Amino acid sequence: MAEESILSDDFLRELMNVGEVDILVGLPTYNDAQTVGQVVQAVRGGLLQYFPRQRAVIINADGGSKDDTQEIVRASSISDLGRTTNLHSLRTLHSVSTQYAGGEANGAALHTILAAAELLRASCCAVVSPDSVNLEPVWLDRLIRPIARDNIDLITPIYRRHKFEGVLVSNLLYPMTRALYCRPIREPYPSEYSFSGKLASELAGQDVWMQETGRIGGEMYLVVSALTGGFQTSQVFLGQKSRRDHSAPSDLVKALRQTVGVLFSTMEQNFPACTANTEMKAALPAGNNASEVDTEPMRVNRKRLHQMFVRGVAELEPVLKSILAPATLTELQTVAAKPEEDFRYSDELWVRSVYEFASSYHHSIISRDHIVQALAPLYRGKAYTFLMENRETSSQEVDNHVEKLCVKFEELKPYLIELWNGEK
Amino acid sequence: MWDKFVTELNLATHGIIENVARFLPRLLVMIVIVLIGWGIAWILKAILRSILRITKFDKLSQDAGAAQLLNRAALPSSSEILSRLVFWVAWIGFILIGVSVLGIGGLQEHIARFFGFLPQLFASLFIFFFGLLAASFFSRAALLAAVNSDMPSPRLISSTVRTLIIIFTISMGLEELGLGEHTVVLAFGLVLGALMFGLALAFGLGGQDLARQFLQRRFAQHKKDEHEDELSPL
Repeated sequence: MAEESILSDDFLRELMNVGEVDILVGLPTYNDAQTVGQVVQAVRGGLLQYFPRQRAVIINADGGSKDDTQEIVRASSISDLGRTTNLHSLRTLHSVSTQYAGGEANGAALHTILAAAELLRASCCAVVSPDSVNLEPVWLDRLIRPIARDNIDLITPIYRRHKFEGVLVSNLLYPMTRALYCRPIREPYPSEYSFSGKLASELAGQDVWMQETGRIGGEMYLVVSALTGGFQTSQVFLGQKSRRDHSAPSDLVKALRQTVGVLFSTMEQNFPACTANTEMKAALPAGNNASEVDTEPMRVNRKRLHQMFVRGVAELEPVLKSILAPATLTELQTVAAKPEEDFRYSDELWVRSVYEFASSYHHSIISRDHIVQALAPLYRGKAYTFLMENRETSSQEVDNHVEKLCVKFEELKPYLIELWNGEK
Repeated sequence: MWDKFVTELNLATHGIIENVARFLPRLLVMIVIVLIGWGIAWILKAILRSILRITKFDKLSQDAGAAQLLNRAALPSSSEILSRLVFWVAWIGFILIGVSVLGIGGLQEHIARFFGFLPQLFASLFIFFFGLLAASFFSRAALLAAVNSDMPSPRLISSTVRTLIIIFTISMGLEELGLGEHTVVLAFGLVLGALMFGLALAFGLGGQDLARQFLQRRFAQHKKDEHEDELSPL
């Protein structure tokens, strides 16, 4: 029922004209006219070059763009590509565009793509970000081939990115997901990823897409569902992550809601699985470039991060008092009182803080959205420490620091279990 | 003379005895009603206390900030106060029903007024409680939003929001109780008007630069400012 209501009559008609497909590439868009044309061409190039014999379709789920995004997607025809390259398809490459209500809601776009995949009985699906101007045709091959060849259900990407990009991913999402589900998924909130028809069918009919978790953090939910649902997961190295990726929100609170909020919320149903998982499963092959980190200098306002942490801890004291354990809050206040040059938010204190936030979220100590918002100043403090510790380090050392943090998250997992069960 | 006196005395004694005989069963009925009322009130209190414990009402009142207020005043928890309130209201109701059985003239009207007042009392308590809950929620939301967007004086913004909602709640609650309706509405209007006027003056005169910056940020197309210098979290 859920997927029937999200697909409009016109869209259904177009999908029925397409018929069954082997490969579906989803393209969620919202005001991406500047970049989407380039991305569509790369996707078409990838499909023609690597999958000329397969029946393929590109599904554009648009949130009601005010610019010409949809027109550009429709206008990027196969003939443009044929003129510039020598690529020719042996099958018709369909391209269908639809609009859903709800603007930027990425969950609605993903739900549309999942429902279309189920309807078209696609065996392999990939989703690409409309801002990924670095997307190369070979990414399609890397994302789709393992699904078809090795019966993998979910492929998440590994990018070459600047060491100071994705600090929330490297300092919270990756280590915590790894500690909880014993799977080292480097990008639990991926921009480009692929999944099997089996996983799409499993998720398409769920009610979660009508709820806050599904609407704001569909990608995170998909990854966690694959990890806990017994699906085969793997990672592939794609290349340089685009710095123009606007699908990743620049607003920190929004980013926290889409990722940390969804991670906390999915723990509700998966906590028994989290506690049962104690043995770390090996990381699946990611290619030789898995740990590549761009270390070029980057202009970051560190002072402001520190100031916002100190101010946040002071001003939010009444809120933090209800979320954190007294010892943790006292330690945070001591750390915040130190001068900038001596400031260091240790891994242990950070992990304890995050686990106490997760437990408070579970026990609904205060409004859950307020708990997620209150994490923002603490994240800034940790980001500042991460910047200072890795200011002049090599990519290997950055990786070592992240690995140390992951180990700390795993070591303190019993503390989370105690908090969760109300034993502390 | 003496015989007449004795007859009158006998008549008076008979009258008193008759009155007492007529009154005693009513008194007994009243005592029975009061005792049964006490039992029913006690059962109601126990049921309500269990329901409030199951629904975690104390946590809700803690969120609303009511628990902190009660703690400061050395009063028991909100669920205990509410249970006791229901007990006393129910028991007083039964006592009044019992008293009405005695048939004392003039009391009936007061008893009817008491029962007529009960819905208003509960409605105003409901308004006070949910008003406090709303004040706590929105003041915290304002505090978090102000801190995360790096606005000046987040606590001032938060306590202003809380104060305004509490004033609004009190005025609504008192109006429901029918206490000084016009005075409360007028006072609320005056306080709100004065506050807004004060804020307008403070913002426009005292904080000219801040006002200019705010309007420029809000309406003028600015090139990349310092905020975009932040790290990309994802």
